[in-house]
Amino acid sequence: MYELEVNGRIHQVDVDADTPLLWVLRDELGLTGTKYGCGVAACGACTIHIDGNPICSCVTPVSVGVGRRITTIEGLRSQIAAAVQAAWEELDVVQCGYCQSGQIMSAVALLEKKPRPDDADIDVAMGGNLCRCATYQRIRAAIHLAATRLAEPRA
Amino acid sequence: MSAAWIENASRRRFLKAGSGLALAIYLPLNAAAKTQPERSFAPNAFVRIGEDDTVTVIVKHLEMGQGTYTGLPTLVAEELDADWAQIRVEGAPANTALHGNLLLGKIQGTFGSTSLANSFEQFRRAGATARAMLVAAAAERWQVPAASIGVAGGVVSHAPSGRTARFGELAAAAAELPLPNKVDLKNPADFVLIGKGVKRKDSRAKIDGSAQFTQDVRLPGMLLALVAHPPWFGARAKRFDAEKTRAVRGVVDVVAIPSGVAVLATNFWAAKKGRDRLKVEWDASAAFGQCTHDIVDEFRGLLEQPGRIARSEGECAAALDAAAHRLVADFEFPYLAHAAMEPLNCVVRLDANGCEIWNGEQFQTADQMAVAAVTGLAPEQIKLNMLYAGGSFGRRASSKADYLVEAVHIAKAIGGRAPVKLMWTREDDMRGGYYRPMYVHRLEAGLDRDGALVAWQHRIVGQSIAAGTVAESLMVRDGVDRLSVEGAIDLPYAVPNLRVDLHSPQLGVPVLWFRSVGSLHTAFAIETFIDELAAKASQDAVAFRRRLLAQQPRHLGVLELAAAKGDWGRPLARGAKGERRGRGIAVHQCFGSVVAQVVEVTVRADRSFKVDRVVCAVDCGLAVNPDIVRAQMEGGIGFGLSAALHGRITLREGIVEQFNFTEYPILRMNEMPRVEVHIVASAAPPSGVGEPATPVIGPALANALFAASGERLRQLPLRFDQAPSAWGWHAGAATPLHEGCTQEDRPCSPSVA
Ligand code: FES
Ligand code: FES
Repeated sequence: MYELEVNGRIHQVDVDADTPLLWVLRDELGLTGTKYGCGVAACGACTIHIDGNPICSCVTPVSVGVGRRITTIEGLRSQIAAAVQAAWEELDVVQCGYCQSGQIMSAVALLEKKPRPDDADIDVAMGGNLCRCATYQRIRAAIHLAATRLAEPRA
Repeated sequence: MSAAWIENASRRRFLKAGSGLALAIYLPLNAAAKTQPERSFAPNAFVRIGEDDTVTVIVKHLEMGQGTYTGLPTLVAEELDADWAQIRVEGAPANTALHGNLLLGKIQGTFGSTSLANSFEQFRRAGATARAMLVAAAAERWQVPAASIGVAGGVVSHAPSGRTARFGELAAAAAELPLPNKVDLKNPADFVLIGKGVKRKDSRAKIDGSAQFTQDVRLPGMLLALVAHPPWFGARAKRFDAEKTRAVRGVVDVVAIPSGVAVLATNFWAAKKGRDRLKVEWDASAAFGQCTHDIVDEFRGLLEQPGRIARSEGECAAALDAAAHRLVADFEFPYLAHAAMEPLNCVVRLDANGCEIWNGEQFQTADQMAVAAVTGLAPEQIKLNMLYAGGSFGRRASSKADYLVEAVHIAKAIGGRAPVKLMWTREDDMRGGYYRPMYVHRLEAGLDRDGALVAWQHRIVGQSIAAGTVAESLMVRDGVDRLSVEGAIDLPYAVPNLRVDLHSPQLGVPVLWFRSVGSLHTAFAIETFIDELAAKASQDAVAFRRRLLAQQPRHLGVLELAAAKGDWGRPLARGAKGERRGRGIAVHQCFGSVVAQVVEVTVRADRSFKVDRVVCAVDCGLAVNPDIVRAQMEGGIGFGLSAALHGRITLREGIVEQFNFTEYPILRMNEMPRVEVHIVASAAPPSGVGEPATPVIGPALANALFAASGERLRQLPLRFDQAPSAWGWHAGAATPLHEGCTQEDRPCSPSVA
């Protein structure tokens, strides 16, 4: 039994110790917004936050999540996340959409650390997130847009 | 999307939702689809108006990113004068008669960039019909002439009396009225949504994680299945030892099926661990066991012999002999994996009455037939739920329904006692075949003394995609598979002597259409060779094409637009020290649309390179949603660039050498160039946008690399360090192939006994 805090709620899960968090989230908790794309930390579709840091849940065993704050796409609540999602919608970034949960998790983590990233920062922070539909240009634009919006003085 | 909705959607009926209708386990496609109005008005198979004022558009084409769930509803909303916010979207059931692709004959499926083109009039008519009936209902209620009633933004109104009604208020009355005999479509000048750009309907659900893909389907009691596939195409499981597999907690069953051995478990991780522990002995006696370089050698041999004639004009051989200058070039294109982000998967529930499938469903007609053959059920008993697909690029329109059939075999093997979700891991997906075929080409051309093109001979060698599949009767004529030669047989350049011929050797590697299909290789060969000819004739690449395209106004239109916006003829900003920069252009027509691109590239001192900027011009007829057209150009360019820079599946003794994105890289953020898209204003009916950008980037890039380096690259993926045949080498191996065959392989999963 492992006790996990996911999106602010405590869950008990009865899984093998080697079970990656990805499958705990998807199969045990029904949080299917986090996607499987490769299973080897090569695509970023499974990106979640542990204590605010983006990680690949497909290679992170359940035990690593114990005692930490786990956030998935379903649990994004911050002002930064709202700005990122709004920018994504405004620019109609998505195509097939399968990679986009992971993209957004990485983008939110980037803006939390770096409120005004430049293109090189984006290349690094988003370098692990593949998009087979190649929506990269709009992802980049949406991150800049969200950063701009967040920097505006609030009415 | 209950059974009753589906049956009745074809008829004009006022539908009443009852307890029996809602499917207990039905997962809504998106949050918007959740609202099922109590009663609704469905004048045809494509639109349903609820008393709650929602307008549901039933879309017959798969949404895999290309925007069908936005584009088709736009057509209905336009003619209905609906408010975009009241539009909901639902995937159509399998029903070829109602939902067939009007451009492809009697089949229901999503391919060939035809979704919008074939639906353009049909969906507008569906909307116009509904509108006419709502207006008639209002006219009756208000006792005023129909002609005095207007509709805008989802509101029906009678200006003289100031009366208004929402669609929902009129739905019940409209449902009682007869269908109009004839409806008029709007004059394009009156469009308020078409050509203006509405927001995607699938955006929100794909941003908040709620969008339902096949991967996300969960049914009560469902088992998860992973299949141990043989490491060779054409091998079969002889026997297996599942003792250790069954010992894994969560593993429920292990069954043999024609394509391998399936492990069923209560969750993915148990199935995965169970499969890792499975020992299978394979019978490889009928397996395909060649190396990539064997295939290249065989194909190159065929280049020396004439093939089946795909097109012949004039006297090509004589004209080549008589030409003042004669050029020849050979090209090589590898197998490519579609590698959609959502690996293949499929959910099946099988019982005595039928078979229900949840899938990113791209080819309903073929899938129903194939599943019917396996189950003994009638095709209509196969219910297909079309979910969002996490990409496809052709792979989910499997010509043999391979992964659906596999899932059904598993369900059958366990006697249908539980719903089954078949999942392919990334490795299964990458190694499972159905690749874009490998091709070699030879182009030969003759120029006269003035540099005019007098002869063009194009020879293509590669497996037929259509032969032996449901597509054969449609695509293969006189032994020539159109899919192998498209782009080449419709060469746009004026040349009096032209010959295109084809060899279609049969090999045991399963192949399939891949985004932009034949054009992906034919456009590369043609557009880089034209560039060579222009250089040989000492002419500018645009000027040389311009002369040969005098009869092709749409090609000329995009060529000139791309050249103008792409600063053609102006000097490029210099690179840093040691860097060389170049610009290249290419133009190609496919799926009814013409695209030209100008590419700027920087070649670094170490001969690696970076694509800096792509200027793309497209003529796709009327752009129903210009922003989606731009998105498809951007994405199509990124996809084509991925193939140009990285894409390559290789075989060693029949075993695929790539496992995951680690060995088969796809384009990343830092490799994506700046893309600028310019759309030619056009009133012609809309043509494809999902595929036409993809084949143009490769040749435009190769031409830019030539401009920067003076070297011609004729093998894909594009590298400056290519050996005479890059695939004579195994991917990642430091030694040529035959010695290389002995090198340590990564373990296959499961272990090969
Ligand atoms: S699924 Fe985790 S990185 Fe690809
Ligand atoms: S939107 Fe399809 S993979 Fe990114």
